[in-house]
Amino acid sequence: MKAITREMLGGTPLKEKDFEKGRVLYYDDHLRTAYNWDAGVAMGKFLQGLKEGKIYGVRCSKCKRVVTPPRVFCEECYAPIEEWVELKDTGVIDSFSICYVRWDASRIKKPEVPAIILIDGADRAGIMHKLGEVDPKKVKIGMKVKAVWKRKKERTGSILDIKYFKPIK
Amino acid sequence: MGLRRVAIVGAGLTKFMRRAEETGRELSFYAGKMALESAGMTLKDIQCVAESTAPDAFDGVHMNGEYLSDGSGGWRKPYLRSYVGGGSGVFVVIHGWYQVASGMFDTCLVVASEKMSSCHPHPQGAFLNIFDNFIERPLGCNLLWIFALEMNRYMTVHNISHEQIALVSVKNKRNALDNPVAQIPEKITVQDVLNSEVLAWPVHRLDISPTSDGAGALVLVSEELAYKYTDKPVWIDGVGWNLDTTYWTNKDLYYPRYVEKAAKMAYKMAGITEPRKEIHIAEPYDPFDYKELHHMEGLLLCEKGEAPKLTEKGVTQRDGALPTCPSGGLLGVGNPIAASGVMKVCEMFWQLRGEAGARQVTRDCKTALAQAWGDLMQVGTVVVLRK
Repeated sequence: MKAITREMLGGTPLKEKDFEKGRVLYYDDHLRTAYNWDAGVAMGKFLQGLKEGKIYGVRCSKCKRVVTPPRVFCEECYAPIEEWVELKDTGVIDSFSICYVRWDASRIKKPEVPAIILIDGADRAGIMHKLGEVDPKKVKIGMKVKAVWKRKKERTGSILDIKYFKPIK
Repeated sequence: MGLRRVAIVGAGLTKFMRRAEETGRELSFYAGKMALESAGMTLKDIQCVAESTAPDAFDGVHMNGEYLSDGSGGWRKPYLRSYVGGGSGVFVVIHGWYQVASGMFDTCLVVASEKMSSCHPHPQGAFLNIFDNFIERPLGCNLLWIFALEMNRYMTVHNISHEQIALVSVKNKRNALDNPVAQIPEKITVQDVLNSEVLAWPVHRLDISPTSDGAGALVLVSEELAYKYTDKPVWIDGVGWNLDTTYWTNKDLYYPRYVEKAAKMAYKMAGITEPRKEIHIAEPYDPFDYKELHHMEGLLLCEKGEAPKLTEKGVTQRDGALPTCPSGGLLGVGNPIAASGVMKVCEMFWQLRGEAGARQVTRDCKTALAQAWGDLMQVGTVVVLRK
């Protein structure tokens, strides 16, 4: 077989003018589907904990590893997990980004700072959240951070009960 | 193991495009037909079809595999769709390999197609559904976050500069200038990458592959039939795949251990004990420039943290000792999810046969590797090919 050439390849790249001139047609639709997800045993209790201003972890009955978010089985040991551990609401930044775009690729002026935070009291178990009260340019991996909670009556049992994490000394 | 040796005897692709006039079925047909004709075969010679396309949310077509089946040549045949996110394009080759290696079938047509352009305003809307319903989606996350977090972690652990990483984007986009399939071939500099818009620091616009429409196909046959269809079969001598946990924030993102496990499985099957010497050319998965480096390390093609240095030295150029992504990769050719993995296997097929034209690498290659990656920093899929 000879090396492939452009002429051998199917496919017609479209340009903006193909639509403007009505050369190509399309059909537009919006799929409307709504879901109501059960939080489940482990996540349910974790979310209840957030409502109380607490971050929970769990300890595996076999490897004794403490992890969060909680789960009813250890994915490493395939062993049951029944022991709950209250973790601290502090941790260490494992990685972070300074993000200037939304999911639809539209741009934002004030960047968001998503981060993975290794929660104190767990064995290298991080959760994803955002950082606040900090100049994004001054954030470093390894920085200590603490959760900034919503006021008690505003909490609903959601990850958003933590507004963000902020650096501490 | 009682498995039969399996050969690739034909390959086909469509152009990769931002938005194609054709539907997914039409693109599938063009790639499938090209692959069959390249092997001198017709659909009558094909006993089963292995198909892959990304999860249905991208197309808004439920059971999209069934929708695509006729374009893939799968009607009234044992037909099965498989997918593991971005890892699908190499996984579907493993899936096709299994059909023939097991002895169930003597011939299999592998087809992968993608229409990412259908999802509006941006296919990221479909990607978002992979995040945890309870503790991640409410944060208003976007897909770039996980790549930015992984890239930052990788750079920090090994003290790697963005300049070193940008070299991958420069290399792959330039390699794509010689690839007629390519969507965004470009001659750019490291400075262009660094000066391009910061989307999710450390990720800049030119660190990322585009979204694409396109299709790819391969014809697999048993050893007994291989020389009936070609005098240059390319053998699938090793396959490996591995899935890590969805608790992606619990692991250290600096190293893809699931890719290592997949690679070790494939190397063992292929009898490879020293991959750095025995793999001559590779198409590691490169949806982002840093990911080519990350994957080279996971594939054990170098030490952890060493891939940027090899890239700086030119080792991974087409005239280097270990050419990587000679096709132009996803960064240059495009990234129609499942089809892009098949594109990588097609490139290794043509390189081993000496049919890559202007893209043909300088060194003599007997053993090649193609790899894909996907899901929530989770899956590695690897094939080892020999001529």
